[in-house]
Amino acid sequence: MKKYLYTVLAISLSIGCQPEFNDPINEVGFYSSGSADFSNYVAVGNSLTAGYADNALYLEGQLNSFPSMLANKFSLAGGGDFNQPLVSDNLGGLLVNGQQIQGNRLVLEVTAGSQSPVPIEGTPTTDIANHLEGSFNNMGIPGAKSFHLTANTYGNIGNLPAANPYFIRIASSNQATVIGDAVAQDPTFFTLWIGNNDILSFATSGGVGEDQTGNLDPFTYGSSDITDPNVFANLYNEFLKALTANGAKGAVANIPDVTSIPYFTTVPYNAIPLDESTAAMLNQAYEPYNNGLQQAALLGVITDEEATARTINFKAGQNPVVLLDEDLTDLTFINQGLTNMRQATDKDLIPLPVSSVLGTLSDPENPNSVIGVSVPLNDSQLLTASEIELVVTAQRAYNTTIKTLADQYDIAFVDIQGLMNTLAQEGVSFDGGTITNTFGTGGAFSLDGVHPTQRGYAVVANTFIKAINSKYNADLPIVNPGNYPTIFVK
Amino acid sequence: MPMKSTILLVLSLLCITASYAGGYRIALQGQKQLAMGHTGVAVINASELVFFNPSGLTFLNEKFTVSVGANLVFANISFQNQNYGWHTEDKNGVSTPFNVYAAYKVNQWVSIGLGIYTPYGSGVEYPKDWEGSHLINDISLASIFVQPTVAFKINDIVSIGGGPIFATGNVNFNRNIDRTTTDVNGNRTNVTIDKTGITAWGYNLGLTVKPSEKLTLGVNYRSKIQMDAKNGDADFQNVPEAGNLQGQFDQVTFNASLPLPAELTVGASYTINEKWLVAIDYNRVYWNAYENLNVTFSNGQSSINPRNYKNSSTYRFGIQYNATPRLVLRGGYYFDESPVQSGYFAPETPRNDSNNFTGGFSFKLSDRFAIDASFLYIHFDEIEESYDYYQENGQNVSFGGLYKNNGFVPGLGITYGF
Repeated sequence: MKKYLYTVLAISLSIGCQPEFNDPINEVGFYSSGSADFSNYVAVGNSLTAGYADNALYLEGQLNSFPSMLANKFSLAGGGDFNQPLVSDNLGGLLVNGQQIQGNRLVLEVTAGSQSPVPIEGTPTTDIANHLEGSFNNMGIPGAKSFHLTANTYGNIGNLPAANPYFIRIASSNQATVIGDAVAQDPTFFTLWIGNNDILSFATSGGVGEDQTGNLDPFTYGSSDITDPNVFANLYNEFLKALTANGAKGAVANIPDVTSIPYFTTVPYNAIPLDESTAAMLNQAYEPYNNGLQQAALLGVITDEEATARTINFKAGQNPVVLLDEDLTDLTFINQGLTNMRQATDKDLIPLPVSSVLGTLSDPENPNSVIGVSVPLNDSQLLTASEIELVVTAQRAYNTTIKTLADQYDIAFVDIQGLMNTLAQEGVSFDGGTITNTFGTGGAFSLDGVHPTQRGYAVVANTFIKAINSKYNADLPIVNPGNYPTIFVK
Repeated sequence: MPMKSTILLVLSLLCITASYAGGYRIALQGQKQLAMGHTGVAVINASELVFFNPSGLTFLNEKFTVSVGANLVFANISFQNQNYGWHTEDKNGVSTPFNVYAAYKVNQWVSIGLGIYTPYGSGVEYPKDWEGSHLINDISLASIFVQPTVAFKINDIVSIGGGPIFATGNVNFNRNIDRTTTDVNGNRTNVTIDKTGITAWGYNLGLTVKPSEKLTLGVNYRSKIQMDAKNGDADFQNVPEAGNLQGQFDQVTFNASLPLPAELTVGASYTINEKWLVAIDYNRVYWNAYENLNVTFSNGQSSINPRNYKNSSTYRFGIQYNATPRLVLRGGYYFDESPVQSGYFAPETPRNDSNNFTGGFSFKLSDRFAIDASFLYIHFDEIEESYDYYQENGQNVSFGGLYKNNGFVPGLGITYGF
């Protein structure tokens, strides 16, 4: 009996095999890489390439970085392994020799009646002093600007804080450059998405940095400055020359509008709700300022136009915030009280972090110190229309360079600027709804308001895939954004 | 009962889940019958008649006969989706449905019998967190029917029989609560519903007519049995803290109801000569009883899953050849129609119509003992299908692709009789 049972078992096991499809998708030849070769893919860029989200680089985010999603699809068409410099945990904070230098990722804390992004609790375990050996297909370095990719001090731990903690972890030597370490891997295919931080750090700082257009030496730039477009163009050409020297194909992405990210679209310019009596009381308080403006105009120190633009006026309902604008004419020589105040217009952008101080008291003892109402927002708390203009001008120049060089090097061009504008306008639909750039609920942007969620990165990956398919006549499947999470709730 | 069969039976009891026929029906109720395309409503040959047609017991030659058998079910599912480059295979669990039947002839006119068998069940396990994990990670359904039986011969031509069925069953089902929710560490939020010892009652009735020595006609009806799982455990895992502020996902129980549908069988067998016998059966399974899989949780939440099965038919053909006095060879074929309608192709039972090929033999070890062996190969064509009724934010989200199934089911039994 037992013998029979074993015999039957043996027969069954030998024939109990998996059903095979007529056209299995995981067999060579089902999908095509077209004229591209995905066997050794290297991604170069900044936080967006690294998989950064929620103000940190953490494990889950890296595993679902857009290059990782691409590599996953590439693997169906001849792609090889994709090695990422994974951090040690899902907290995302960084240590250097045990000392925390970078905060943990943000999660949404929900308490009775309110929800707010807070750093997740815990002690991170990723210490950048623990150097990772080997080479990494994902060379996305959070914080990197264009000129950082060729900086040979950028991965030197002795050079902190100017050096980059993420590059320090993986740099092949103290003198290594990001682009050098990428090219040394002899990639057959690359993605390059760089330049965002060359304008973004200026924008997120509220325009406190300088526009360095005309200054060709990036080593003299401050951390919140706008990179000169010619510097950008020369470097970009160098990157592509180096990455394509071995005949590699690739894809480059352009720079989205800063006005398309929730960091700047969430707090409205007229964020101050007032009732009629409060408005009247405030108008009374601002009367001396408004009168001073009229006098300055009569004296001819400012135009009537400027006087009107600067006049503070509240009414019942939503009111524009009061702010200090360094571009206005200085009147303090007439009267110390005539500071550079005006009310915001819909051309001004208020950065997301300001939402946590707006309407609160700058001096808890003084009920008349409401930030944005009786205490104006300062330069770092807003991006004025003229500052936005500087950002847009540089961005246009970068994007022209990227498109021109993509054509010149005959590689795929990925219009992420277009994608982000679509997210900001009608949204991008997927099988479970529509994702938009609305902060928190839109699904596309993580809790830092700058970086996409994993679902947001999925639509970024799809935009790359479509551009690659079209440029190289490849036939890669897309990812399903519905399978990727958005924000994380504590 | 021989010692080794006891071991086999015990083994079987340990893991009795299976799945391959339409829906979650397991048509593996006898080795001799399975070898002949699972025909048997009108084949007078063994105590398996307790299941196939209780009325036939009175026509058996033996005074007392017992059969014990079990099958090894190797059922496999491959899935792929061309749009997204997904490719998934189930984990190829092996399940072992079993059966025990005994029949005793009280006198010329009355026979009694007892059957213990497993006509419904399902066991599918996908890789955890696979692309369809919002529909299922794994499921294990098992049921055991116990049926005391009595049959009366009305005259030499007509016999009737039947008995109550006591059904007991277990369910264990895990899925992720949606496509993306995780705890703060990225672990997918999921729920396991588990209930053992669900019980219910039904009945089995049959009629046999032997208009001639050579021709036998049979009709059998087995009632629907509604398995109501009450206050089972619903274990929610990896719930985000903020989603569980009131502890609404702690110590949750669930109620759910699953129909084991009624089945009507009509068939005939014809003894051509001493060597040859042919049989045909037609099954109608009233699957339209399975409209929804509704799970109601004690925390006020519920999960509504339309199934909308349709009644389905199975067409069975079998042939038997007495090769030598000790060896009987059998073969068969059946076409099994799937009760699953287009658009309702849930990955827990992702099966379309199948062509089934069977074979087997009985070998007489002695006057009283015989070994019965059977083999079933189930062939499914690959099919592009989807489940379109999963809801996310009030909108239907389709999940589908190309499915292909197959099954290999060897079986072994032993018959004792005198």
